[in-house]
Amino acid sequence: MAQEQQLRVVLAKLGFDGHDRGIKIVARILRDAGMEVIYLGLRQSYKNVVNAVEQEDADAVGLSMHNASHMTLGPKMVDALAEAGLEVPVIVGGIVPEEDVQPLMDKGVAVILGPGASAEEVAQAVRDSVAAMHATQ
Amino acid sequence: MSLRGLAPAEIFDRAMGGERRALGRLITLVERDAAEAEEVAELAHARAGIAHVIGITGSPGSGKSTLTGQLVKLLGQAGKRAAVLAVDPSSPLTGGAILGDRVRMEDVASPDTFIRSMATRGHQGGLSLAVPGVVRLLDASGYDPIVIETVGVGQVEVDIAGTADTTVVVATPGMGDSVQANKAGLLELADLFVVNKADRPGANDVRRDLDLMLDLSHVSGHDRHSGMRPEIVMTTALSGEGAPEMWTAIERHRDAITDNGQLAARRINRDVAEVRNRLMADLERRVDDMLNGTSIDGVAQVLTAVGQRDLSPTAAAKDLATRINEL
Amino acid sequence: MPEQPADLENTDLDGTAHDNTDPSVDGDDRAAWQAAYDATRLRDVPFETMSGVPVDPLYGGAPYPGQYPYTRGLHAAGYRSRLWTMRMFAGFGTAEDTNARFKELLRAGGGGLSTAFDMPTLMGRDSDYEWSLGEVGHCGVAVDTLADMEDLFADIDLSTVSTSMTINGPAAMIMAMYVAVGEKKGIKRSQLGGTIQNDILKEYQAQKEYIFPPRPSMRIITDMMKFTSAEMPKWHPISISGYHIREAGSNAAQELAFTLANGFAYVEAAMAAGLDIDDFAPRLSFFFNSHSDFFEEIGKFRAARRIWARWMKERYGAKNEKSLMMKFHTQTAGVSLTAQQAEINIGRVAIQALAGALGGTQSLHTDAYDEAMALPTEDAARIALRTQQIVAHETGVTNVVDPLGGAPYVEWMTDEMERRAEEIFAHLLDIGNDSILEGAYAGIDDGYFVGEIADAAYRFEREVNEGQRIIVGVNEFTEGDDGERNLLRIGAEVEEYQLKRLQDVKQRRDSDAVDRVLAKLKTEAADSEINLMPTMIEAVKTFATEGEIVASLEEVFGTYVEKVFL
Repeated sequence: MAQEQQLRVVLAKLGFDGHDRGIKIVARILRDAGMEVIYLGLRQSYKNVVNAVEQEDADAVGLSMHNASHMTLGPKMVDALAEAGLEVPVIVGGIVPEEDVQPLMDKGVAVILGPGASAEEVAQAVRDSVAAMHATQ
Repeated sequence: MSLRGLAPAEIFDRAMGGERRALGRLITLVERDAAEAEEVAELAHARAGIAHVIGITGSPGSGKSTLTGQLVKLLGQAGKRAAVLAVDPSSPLTGGAILGDRVRMEDVASPDTFIRSMATRGHQGGLSLAVPGVVRLLDASGYDPIVIETVGVGQVEVDIAGTADTTVVVATPGMGDSVQANKAGLLELADLFVVNKADRPGANDVRRDLDLMLDLSHVSGHDRHSGMRPEIVMTTALSGEGAPEMWTAIERHRDAITDNGQLAARRINRDVAEVRNRLMADLERRVDDMLNGTSIDGVAQVLTAVGQRDLSPTAAAKDLATRINEL
Repeated sequence: MPEQPADLENTDLDGTAHDNTDPSVDGDDRAAWQAAYDATRLRDVPFETMSGVPVDPLYGGAPYPGQYPYTRGLHAAGYRSRLWTMRMFAGFGTAEDTNARFKELLRAGGGGLSTAFDMPTLMGRDSDYEWSLGEVGHCGVAVDTLADMEDLFADIDLSTVSTSMTINGPAAMIMAMYVAVGEKKGIKRSQLGGTIQNDILKEYQAQKEYIFPPRPSMRIITDMMKFTSAEMPKWHPISISGYHIREAGSNAAQELAFTLANGFAYVEAAMAAGLDIDDFAPRLSFFFNSHSDFFEEIGKFRAARRIWARWMKERYGAKNEKSLMMKFHTQTAGVSLTAQQAEINIGRVAIQALAGALGGTQSLHTDAYDEAMALPTEDAARIALRTQQIVAHETGVTNVVDPLGGAPYVEWMTDEMERRAEEIFAHLLDIGNDSILEGAYAGIDDGYFVGEIADAAYRFEREVNEGQRIIVGVNEFTEGDDGERNLLRIGAEVEEYQLKRLQDVKQRRDSDAVDRVLAKLKTEAADSEINLMPTMIEAVKTFATEGEIVASLEEVFGTYVEKVFL
């Protein structure tokens, strides 16, 4: 009675940023797409996210950012996961100006989703980035 | 450093050595019931059997996550290495789930508490079939006690009571919980009642109602087969008040059932129940395959006859039952 | 999109003589209205259309503006006597930077100052806190100690200006600092005029800048209300806000109802703490969103005034007419701004500003078109101000009080908004055992508010996603987006400066004095009978940091962790 692989995604907002409208919508989108969402929500630390990925054996991490600190927070999250030996893609959603997208990806962020992304795009981005991560291993 | 490409036995060794990521991966394998799951199950089974398993259930809004968090905080302070399985329902439509209990516990839990969120994954009873196997893994890894926290809807209490050594039912004022206590089997299943949000008006009424029901059930002879009357503890999870009393009540229960031999009996029942559940799940799958016409010939014709009202469902079932042996 | 602060102290009834002081006159006294209008000093402009057609100040009948229940407005003459307050906002960087900007604005003729604080300050943490990295001085001024507050208001006469401060969780600490600054300048507390947002209930529901759990937070707020009632009669201790609730994704009726309910909750809390309703209610003000559905917003504003007046009079027994008159500031909806084809946001903002004017707002902030992606550039901020100036001076809508009053659709919409809000009040009274305050606590605890908001947000998102709801430039009419932006970036010098400043202050202060007063604060916090404000003021004077004070109180009150309801 093997179950097909059910994706498990950790969703979090790091630090002070309290705008959780978007991340709550993403949680529902991913649930509707059949995924299991480990919703950490607001005021999370890097440590919390790393612990969650470890214990929950998560396939991906989704961070929502509305505070213009994505250039600091995104890469630091990537590094924290790498330090813990965890190979999961980091997906950043929220307000990221166009010119910051490539620099962020150069620092290891897998995908950046803008405010206009549709439900299908969000779910597919998660699936694709997980698949891509597995392909490289 | 990666776990990829490692054999289950190797991942298991790492988990036993304390690597939490490895443990997390093993739990996934068991949950998924993948090919590796059997091997992992055997490895875990060999080392398990010690941990005290505590089930905590209650209606949504009863504050049981916060309560579990307070409990776990106490356990950490007492130097125990606890694990929590937070179970939430999967969406029946999409199969997905939002698992949000972890974050309430993380803040207060000690760093070496292991917290895992699980979705019910369509299992009717409310606990997925994988839970006993996951409990064994946690047990084998040295976590004790193991707390399973679930939402009390459907028949989950039955499942929980079948899995836990001590079943705690959480009630709160203002939610019709005294009526809830009448819910099928709840009184019989609970080993301990906790009235949470004890600072709210109506908390004492809930306590009184529970006392009354317990008295009645004693008189009518429908006690929990343990013969022990469940204690009632008042708590205010937000402040932590009452949590130490809850823990000592749990310990008292565990000591009592250990002393009177019930613990052993329950665990035997639990394992047998797991065998039964697995058999039932397997049978169910086989029946589904049969009715889908993928396993045995002639079934489609029987079902068509039912659809055309040439054959009653009763007669059809009787007919197909004779062919169950072929499954 | 951070909300911009209000300036409501200056929009009081001062300057407009008012005959009707009897709230039992049920809004249908034309003669009284006429008398009040005649007694009002009007602006010196022709009240004519662009073509020179003279227009009356009012069309239609009851309920008359300036009369209970104030559906048509708070003042008999409306904008004929005084336009809404328009605001060019400034808040960034170090206290010194902001001080310079304040002085410029005062020189340019403004009488009010607005202070926005950076994220760490808003969250009750110091600039050297782990999560403050990258945030110091970014969306507002960094305030760690009294020293920063002194820099902020250096050479400014606090007895003549009024200050608005947009902060919630640590509002008590910040207000304490303001009082201390005044005292150091020899200014009496009773001379200090201003507003502090201090609306903690909406934090649990929407903005999430909470620190302590709800009940201890409410205790702090009632302490502040008692303190200001007794010692700071010119101070508005709460600006009850719906803006953030709407930004979080609620619909218009929810914004209306949750905001008013929060207002009633504060009223109940203050009365339970022994205050006379007419003592504090006149100093409460509100802050609403103005979104894109034109008539829904206008109906919402009118219903708001009507509901507040009715409940305050009938349920809470207020006698002073000022307790019944809801003053509010409005900000156009940040959440409606699109990054795609950003220039078209100017059109959105204009329409939303118009709705605010037709709804009778006392004060208005218009968003800049480029705010969807970053803080506004100066150019864009200027265009935003010009937009509301166009509404005020070119459209003629200010010639007539409540010009849409009596229109069938508008009256129906007003009634409908009220009806929906009443349903929500009924639910809160139900779960709160007939108390709105308890209903608010219960709704926070069981996820009612965040659930309703999340549902509304999700529904809206799906409608947009499925193309049922058209957002120009996003799911339709997408041609024309060149993707280029001129974005505002903040440098790292501010953070470096602030960290050094904080360190200096900590070195120079008397640490023992700090420890002593914090210990005292903790003892007092544990006793709900004691008003914390005096010791709070003492604490800031020792240069205890905001973060230290907050941390001390967290030891007593706990830290609020939000439950997940999805």
